[in-house]
Amino acid sequence: MNKDYKDRIVRMSGAAVQKCMRCGKCSATCPNYGSMEYHPHQFVYMVERGDVERLMASPSVYECLTCFACVERCPRGVEPAKVIEAVRLEAVRQKGMNYFKPDDIPAQLDDDLPGQALVTALRKFAK
Amino acid sequence: MKIAYYPGCTLKNRARELDRTARETARMLGIEFEEIPEWQCCGGAYTSAKDEIATKLASVRALAAGREIGDGRVVTVCSACYNVLKQTNHEFETNPDFDLKVNNYLGGAPEYHGEGAVVHYLELLRDEIGFDELKKRVVRPLTGKKIAAYYGCLLLRPSSVLAFDDPENPKIMEDFLRALGAEPVVYPMRNECCGGYLTLSDREAARKRSNAVKESAAEFGADFMITACPLCLYNLTKNTDEPIPVRYFTEVLADALGLGGE
Ligand code: SF4
Ligand code: SF4
Ligand code: SF4
Ligand code: SF4
Repeated sequence: MNKDYKDRIVRMSGAAVQKCMRCGKCSATCPNYGSMEYHPHQFVYMVERGDVERLMASPSVYECLTCFACVERCPRGVEPAKVIEAVRLEAVRQKGMNYFKPDDIPAQLDDDLPGQALVTALRKFAK
Repeated sequence: MKIAYYPGCTLKNRARELDRTARETARMLGIEFEEIPEWQCCGGAYTSAKDEIATKLASVRALAAGREIGDGRVVTVCSACYNVLKQTNHEFETNPDFDLKVNNYLGGAPEYHGEGAVVHYLELLRDEIGFDELKKRVVRPLTGKKIAAYYGCLLLRPSSVLAFDDPENPKIMEDFLRALGAEPVVYPMRNECCGGYLTLSDREAARKRSNAVKESAAEFGADFMITACPLCLYNLTKNTDEPIPVRYFTEVLADALGLGGE
């Protein structure tokens, strides 16, 4: 476990991980819960414990939709989506870690796909 | 009245109908959308990390340019543009470091400190035109049509910043539909996510989300659905087995105001 990571995630996200009361409401409301290895409440408490590297290596960081349902519905104002975003950025900012590359795009194109989907995916999955 | 307009990249491309019907209906109602000169794509997603600066500059430049037009507010039609521009503008209030660094980046350009404002076209319809007045302007009411408004995420959350409507029980689009003479369908999944950009990386997950939304609308008897977001429209059309059609809110507005064909 690496305390530097924890400090960086907390600073980047601005999220109050220490306020979490482990109620699990964020995970209960998460629309993509079923596709995640680590769920929103786990992101929060694992970051709080400094257990960040396992999260960075997990595909779960790319399964968050940034729909902000967890942020809206957390009774303690913890903002789990911001924690997940910070962990994802920490991962994709490392050299060679872009999850989604411009080369991946052509295979995904169809005539109706809005540009919005592409720019958003690049912003989320690449640095 | 004249107002600065930020169309966004998608409205210049796949979602041209959203752009066209927004401008034409606004003009008919007495609002001139003046496109911000040389705007750039906002990136489609607001990054919440406090140390992200460069990816927010396009939004800041648009907000700063919008300040010179009309009363200084910027109107958007796409939900994503609305979310990104509004959250970026809000960051000036909460993150002094962001304000400082952004203005360093802007170099010679006039400083910007968040003095602009962002509104969605739906808010203009409600607050500037008024739904009562809108109702009077309708020439082809959508009588008997059961229409399900889909909010998705980006118009509503985070509500502490966007303050668009009640995030759990919104009503602006239902009131809009009533003004057009339609019967709004209120269904549980209207403010849950369609799967968004995961259509590119995990299409199966996006399919599940879109199907859940559309099944909910179908269960409550919708003839068709409306949205303000090109990506919602894509997911709800392409990533689903449920046949209910999905249209832009501006298209039904154009119909009701008697613009265009039929
Ligand atoms: S909803 Fe909030 S308080 Fe409850 S587990 Fe999630 S982060 Fe913790
Ligand atoms: S923002 Fe991410 S983690 Fe939070 S509810 Fe949505 S998908 Fe789940
Ligand atoms: S939100 Fe979408 S459409 Fe709007 S400018 Fe940004 S990326 Fe382009
Ligand atoms: S509903 Fe889908 S496209 Fe629409 S705002 Fe949410 S993720 Fe984006």
